[in-house]
Amino acid sequence: MCSHIVEKAALVGSAKGRKGWMRIDTANVYFDHPYYSTLDHVLAIDFTNEGEGGRDRVAIELSAESARALVERILAALASGEAAHPVPVQVAAE
Amino acid sequence: MSLYQGLQAELVRFRGHNGDQGDAYYARPTRAGRFPGVVIIHHLPGWDEWIMEVVRKFAHHGYAAISHHLYFREGEGSPDDIGARVRAAGGVADAQVMGDTAGAMAYLRAQPNANGKIGVIGFCSGGRHAYLAACTLPGIDAAVDCWGGNVIIDDPKLLNDKRPVAPIDLTEKLNCPLLGIFGNDDANPTADQVNRSEAVLKKLGKSYEFHRYDGAGHAFFNTARDAYRPDQAADGWKKVFAFYERYLGAAATSVAAE
Repeated sequence: MCSHIVEKAALVGSAKGRKGWMRIDTANVYFDHPYYSTLDHVLAIDFTNEGEGGRDRVAIELSAESARALVERILAALASGEAAHPVPVQVAAE
Repeated sequence: MSLYQGLQAELVRFRGHNGDQGDAYYARPTRAGRFPGVVIIHHLPGWDEWIMEVVRKFAHHGYAAISHHLYFREGEGSPDDIGARVRAAGGVADAQVMGDTAGAMAYLRAQPNANGKIGVIGFCSGGRHAYLAACTLPGIDAAVDCWGGNVIIDDPKLLNDKRPVAPIDLTEKLNCPLLGIFGNDDANPTADQVNRSEAVLKKLGKSYEFHRYDGAGHAFFNTARDAYRPDQAADGWKKVFAFYERYLGAAATSVAAE
């Protein structure tokens, strides 16, 4: 397809790349021809820190089917994880 | 002339848009003689290994070939990381790509082995760039668009400051013969868009030939992808070399030089 369509997601997190761990603030998400995979199209995500210039990234290329399955597993992990480890409710000071 | 010819491939510096200097991959036959030049415009993922193979393929067939790195302004880094940064920034501007392509053409013309003829060929987004170059740059003798997407723009939202004009709207200015190679299963350009492009070329009386392949989609020449279709690609390459031989004179020139 070779479009320039990119979905940008703001993130709070970290990722491990070739220089070790780094903070990330952005995921650039697109469905297009891959660089490495032999698949015709991939769901690609580049995790970067655009606040620091975005020169380093942690990249993944997934088949469409496995990307959708991953989305479900992420949501399932969040649901079960948050049930097991409830986020404390902040009580406003009197 | 023996069946196989030697070639030399190397990284060179070229001067592109606004006089900026960048890297290019240049390959040429090592035998004596004057050769037509071909500028190879890389696809959107970047200046990658397959594009280098294409450059060497043209040199093997008797052309002085160059592929300029359209993303060189991004600085050091692996081609895939650089390509990702360019994508995240919305791609490169058409005006910059045309300036860089004119610079690559100038590099070829300045070489002592040049026979004065220049072809351009591009793949994917580079196919679109080849179409643009054929409509906007002087001095191109033959252009090849391999499955360039967005030559026809059906969604006006795809036009922006970097890509302000649909190439099809510049067709009246097309100033050289055009060869188009397309897979009928491609989603961009679709078979319908290819038909509409051809209708415009025909209506304006332009010199062109289109070849469409069943059982092939986007990037079917690309041996690094599942999209590779060996039979269709072999025929497509024959069409490319026949076209360039007709308009650039590769075989006649190289044999005469022996």
